[in-house]
Amino acid sequence: MRRLTARSTSAFVRLSKLINVAVLAFAGTAAFAEAPKRVVSEDAPDRVVSMNVCTDQLAMLLADEGQLVSVSSLAYDRRTSAMVEEAQNYIPNTGRAEEVFLLEPDLVIAGTYTARAAVTMLERLGIKVVTIASASSLKDVRAGILEVGAALNQTERAEVLAAEFDAGLAALQADTAARKPRAALYGANGYTVGSQTLSGEMLVAAGFINIASEMGLTHGGTLPLELLALSAPEVVITSQPYPGASRSEAVPRHPVVARMQAQAVSTKIDDGDWLCGTPFVLRAIKTLAQQRETLKP
Amino acid sequence: MNPLLSLDNLTVKRGDCPVVDRVSLTIGPGECIGLIGPNGAGKTTLMRAALGLMPSTGESSLTSLSPAKRAHAAAWLPQAREIAWPVTVEAVVALGRTPHLPRGAKLSATDQAAVDEALSQMGLEGFRTRLANQLSGGEQARVLIARALAQQTPLLMVDEPIAGLDPAHQISTMQAFQALTEQGKSTLVSLHDLGLAARHCTRILLMSKGRLVADAPPQEVLTPKLMQEVFGIFVHYEQTPTGPIFQPLGLT
Amino acid sequence: MTRLMLLLSALTAVLFVASLAIGPAEASLAETLSALFQDDGTPLTLIMREIRLPRALLAVAIGASLGLAGAAMQGYLRNPLAEPGLIGVSSSAAFGAVLSLQTGFAATFALALPFSALSAALIGVLLVLALAGPRGASMTLILAGIAISAMAGALTSLALNLSPNPYAAHEIVFWMMGSLADRSMQHVTLAVPIMALGWLMLASLGRGLDALTLGEDAAASMGINLKRLRLMLVLGTSCVVGAATAVAGAIGFVGLVVPHMLRPFVGGRPSRLLWASAIGGAAMVLAADIAVRLVLPERDLKLGVVMALIGAPLFLHLIYKTRKELA
Repeated sequence: MRRLTARSTSAFVRLSKLINVAVLAFAGTAAFAEAPKRVVSEDAPDRVVSMNVCTDQLAMLLADEGQLVSVSSLAYDRRTSAMVEEAQNYIPNTGRAEEVFLLEPDLVIAGTYTARAAVTMLERLGIKVVTIASASSLKDVRAGILEVGAALNQTERAEVLAAEFDAGLAALQADTAARKPRAALYGANGYTVGSQTLSGEMLVAAGFINIASEMGLTHGGTLPLELLALSAPEVVITSQPYPGASRSEAVPRHPVVARMQAQAVSTKIDDGDWLCGTPFVLRAIKTLAQQRETLKP
Repeated sequence: MNPLLSLDNLTVKRGDCPVVDRVSLTIGPGECIGLIGPNGAGKTTLMRAALGLMPSTGESSLTSLSPAKRAHAAAWLPQAREIAWPVTVEAVVALGRTPHLPRGAKLSATDQAAVDEALSQMGLEGFRTRLANQLSGGEQARVLIARALAQQTPLLMVDEPIAGLDPAHQISTMQAFQALTEQGKSTLVSLHDLGLAARHCTRILLMSKGRLVADAPPQEVLTPKLMQEVFGIFVHYEQTPTGPIFQPLGLT
Repeated sequence: MTRLMLLLSALTAVLFVASLAIGPAEASLAETLSALFQDDGTPLTLIMREIRLPRALLAVAIGASLGLAGAAMQGYLRNPLAEPGLIGVSSSAAFGAVLSLQTGFAATFALALPFSALSAALIGVLLVLALAGPRGASMTLILAGIAISAMAGALTSLALNLSPNPYAAHEIVFWMMGSLADRSMQHVTLAVPIMALGWLMLASLGRGLDALTLGEDAAASMGINLKRLRLMLVLGTSCVVGAATAVAGAIGFVGLVVPHMLRPFVGGRPSRLLWASAIGGAAMVLAADIAVRLVLPERDLKLGVVMALIGAPLFLHLIYKTRKELA
């Protein structure tokens, strides 16, 4: 079932594939969600269903108690979600129209790439659907927070969260090191992420130079192993493989990559923090920056 | 001297039905034996079972041999004329030397001589470099007979070799088998041309419904009585100065 | 004959060097070769030794395996349409490999992956032979092989669909078409020993296959031990195709195209065709793998796609020819 959903929310999942992450157990809890609560106004939606793992997390951060009913099943997977514990309080949905309709929502929040057929069907059935674009930059994170906040009629809380995010990001960027090591985000099928993406910007924010930029890959693309080896980045950040096995994931685990990684400090990042434009990206950047500092000067 | 082939109560069953039924016989050196009988009498099955190419009960002196040893004792020409690949006539005939060649060895002078002799016996000298699978049916048959001859075994078993050959080649083929008897070799040949059998064979085996009903010189087997019983035909059989003449005349 | 072998060997050698010299990392032939033999500490040595060399070696080994297996199968079945995929070996092997990867068995010991593929290939062939009977005619064997292929293909797809790995389902194409991209020396050491064992078994078949030109009965009467021949053929084919498929997926048509092209040059003799097809197969897969890298360097064009584009028209031609012969 999860795989069906995974395919339908392809943009996000694909992004997660591209993000190269060696996983740690998810340790901390969110430090952001403590904004003041207030009673929902009369016209606020009071049965909200989120169908996308990224809007799931923003909605969980912003909704009043009882306002959010259901989140997508990917919110329960550490590989895709930073809020697995919080998600336990909600009903999981796998993104099928019938299932969502039976939850009797008065608002559905979906991602741009959420199963279009299901979303169209829900709209036809007279349910209000708000579609939130996926974040492709750190700036988009702020926009996403405000959009979800507006949909939930929690504008005030969203503004507080956005301000916190801005402050946190500014603090991290003030901390940039003098020496910027060259790094590659190297994922399944040899896909590398460019700078004009959320994870690309995160890498730069953490004080690295993305080798994809040197190659003119602004958004990303397949980087043959040979060219990766030739460009000799100091750090190659690879993804944690899914269970089962795949040839796609064998590429970032090729002996060549292992050899290159052996020369650098291994980087351990939580997948869930990387995937979505949520405030958790700050934690991911911070972890990565700490890893950078352990590199040889 | 050991017989070249001896069968004792050889039986082949298809289900419960015996296709070859308790056949016993012995083939000694220097014989040219015709195996005759109506369609479905069990001629092919008898020869294949005798060679150990199919499961049987009873005894055959050949079945206990390993394939390699058997190939030195008897050559076998199946009725199906199969030449799978575009190989030259000479190469096909040279396959008959397979049992005599150590693994990976090239043809020796002896082998080449055997091939040449077989080619000339079958009148195929002019065909050496032709592709065997592109020849006419009759020509292919001759090539395959030459292959069996080139194996140079004491016993040669051939299944309907002359079917489809023109009269001249039918006679020359039978003469080639006859010639082998002079070297002390024997041939067991199944055929439907009883006239040729009468003229060229030293001995006739007559099969009917899986049983061996007669095993004797031609004049004792090709009798009007047996021919009527087994084939349902009446015949003319006469010894003439030019040899026996056998002619089926009609159905009884 | 000897001239043909020399020619094919020379062609293979040239293509091998070309395969080493061609890749996304641009470097001259001299640079690549010197980086291969001398570790100068540059990334080029890493690229040559860990990326290009294993790829070229696998192309040779897999090409030789598939060419040899195709020639042997065709000789045995006396049918120019026969090739390893046909009797269900390739698809069974792919299923074995996928199953062992998805269940984690592949990680239990060093040779677990090729061993699984080999075993599945063997089961596939034995199943085919059981269906076709101990003295199955070519056509029965081929039909049984098609059935096994379909079944193995379906099971492979099922195993990949059930995988918890989101990438796995998209890799049906890899297992069905095959590719040599991003293989490493690990794959060479995994596959080559088992393939070599298979080469020895298949190479011993020449004499028997020559005799089989005249049919099973004639071959048996010429001293060929058909039981042993069948066993060697089945085991040898399972070894080479199993090991090749385990690391590169099911690459089709090599075993069809190569023997067909070379048959006229070896006088139709199956024994000579075995060796010629082994070397010819190596050259063919090297060439196809170079084409993959030259035609669409940016995309992961599958080797099997190139082979199918070459092989499928020939396959149609052969069917047409056979049909005319039958009519």
